Amino acid sequence: MINLASRDVLHGWGKFLFTGVGLGLLIGATLTMGGVFRGMVDDGQVLIDNSGADLWVVQQGTLGPYAEPSSLRDDVWRGIAGIEGVAETGNAAYLTIQMAHNGKDTRVMIVGIEVDRPNRPGAPPYLIAGRPILQGHYEAIADERAGLKLGERVKIRRHDYTVVGLTRRMVSSSGDPMIFVPLKDAQEIQFLKDNDALVNERARTAANPAFNRPGVPGLLEAAQASATQARSVNTVLVRLTPGTDPATVANEIQRWKRLTAYTRAQMEDILIAKLIATSAKQIGMFLVILAVVTAAIVAFIIYTMTLAKVREIAVLKLIGAKNRIIAGMILQQSLALGIIGFLVGRIAAGLWGPAFPKYVLLLPGDAVAGFAIVLTICALASSVAIRAALAIDPAEAIGG
Amino acid sequence: MDRVDKMDNIPAIKLSGLKKRYGTGDAAVDALKGVDMTIWPGEVVGLVGPSGSGKSTLLKCLGAVIEPTAGRMELAGDVIYEDGWKIPDLRALRRDRIGFVFQAPYLIPFLDVTDNVALLPMLAGQDNASARKRALELLTALDVQHRAGAQISQLSGGEQQRVAIARSLANHAPIILADEPTAPLDSERALTVVRILNDLAREYRTAIIVVTHDEKIIPTFKRIYHIRDGKTHEEAGEGRSI
Repeated sequence: MINLASRDVLHGWGKFLFTGVGLGLLIGATLTMGGVFRGMVDDGQVLIDNSGADLWVVQQGTLGPYAEPSSLRDDVWRGIAGIEGVAETGNAAYLTIQMAHNGKDTRVMIVGIEVDRPNRPGAPPYLIAGRPILQGHYEAIADERAGLKLGERVKIRRHDYTVVGLTRRMVSSSGDPMIFVPLKDAQEIQFLKDNDALVNERARTAANPAFNRPGVPGLLEAAQASATQARSVNTVLVRLTPGTDPATVANEIQRWKRLTAYTRAQMEDILIAKLIATSAKQIGMFLVILAVVTAAIVAFIIYTMTLAKVREIAVLKLIGAKNRIIAGMILQQSLALGIIGFLVGRIAAGLWGPAFPKYVLLLPGDAVAGFAIVLTICALASSVAIRAALAIDPAEAIGG
Repeated sequence: MDRVDKMDNIPAIKLSGLKKRYGTGDAAVDALKGVDMTIWPGEVVGLVGPSGSGKSTLLKCLGAVIEPTAGRMELAGDVIYEDGWKIPDLRALRRDRIGFVFQAPYLIPFLDVTDNVALLPMLAGQDNASARKRALELLTALDVQHRAGAQISQLSGGEQQRVAIARSLANHAPIILADEPTAPLDSERALTVVRILNDLAREYRTAIIVVTHDEKIIPTFKRIYHIRDGKTHEEAGEGRSI
């Protein structure tokens, strides 16, 4: 039996192809939206993975350090390091800033890490160029998406930093590239006030009778000195010895240190389920709308194509073609349109995905699921046209 | 030949008191009011009448596209309709026993000439090779074999009509219903089509009913059925040779 669908498609292949390309661009936009969501999840995942930590110790009762502000004294690690099962600790400070670079603002996350020895929790696990930070001040390692070059000097707040290393896929949960600097510098950037603010604060403290008591010498100086010290970090990252149960250590920290400790699973829940939950719903809604629009467009295209063949379908019915042959022709054309659309969409998403400012992750599994959904949508959409075709009266071929 | 002789004794089409009513109650319209008609194998019969006389309704009844309201209809000796009863698979009946030729050829534009003709046997279950062989035989008989691989849009109006006639014969249908087959053609081509229909009727013992207004071809019929107000009456035609 002749394949009527393929013959019809080949007969008007240019029109069919253009229609498929148009549909493909829409499918490409849908796949990209899915890729944006996957990218957000992956950003959160790499943030967790690249920190090299098994536990995140944060200010009590907060969801820090990524989802909520958290402030800890930078010496709490000493008590944590003594708990059984803790192999290594690392203070870390996180701060998202707008950095001027090459005449334009770039949003980056400054990460303060301890640089006294390599592979401290929090340090980038690998470099693609350059070396680790060796000096205690004014050296930086940048994610390649920050647009910095090796050896380049970049101004962050009050100081210039030399980029000594480059790394890859080190991003915040929002997808902003990370710049790693020594912890002391990060504390200064994050917590230390500028000179004018310090002068104002000193005057304010001096005017406060609680700190400036005539009978207590040295109190005012001590109070003013504390304002110039930055002794806080956002989290203590904890690496455990192999075989240690993270939950047990987390409970120990919470019980004895009056801090909150999150395991990897809990941090994934915070970053992926909580932090991007609203964005995920937003994207999910958009995907549903795009799927409905795609279905409506496919249905409209196939319906229009079918109505353009009313006479041919009437003739086919008149000369004895069974309904399943006519329905099969329409269904196959709809599926062919979906296949062309999906291929074009997948290629388009692959081409324009890297141009997006945020990470777009196109997973093969999503592509397979997307393909199945597109085919299902096309099959369902064709039902409208099939119903119309089966309702065509063969008498239309005989002078109406 | 024995079969052909036997078949020649059985009318290809026999209608007795065929009626067709559209609508009900006050809105009812009797399009056919008891049509009697007998057409023998190998005959080419004209069916003429003014607009609204019931020609199209009669053709649709004959083509098993619409169901009569009353009467009896036999095709090649088999009763296909009698007072409310009808054979169950009208689509198969149309496919296997009735050929259609329309005013416009209504060929399938996305199939080439051969496949337009071969489609019918394929729909009846024949394999592609034998269906195409049959199509080429018919195209040769109709002198359009040289356009076998052409697209429909590449054919002239006359060639398209010949291909449509070839398609109507593809399943050895004993009856061909031709609805204004010469309307879009000039005199010369119109007469050529009628000659072809006469030749095919003779050669394949096919009964052909030609619905027409065409004054050029009416004199070529030996028998003509006039239809007016839903009733037919038969008269002898001139049977002018072409």
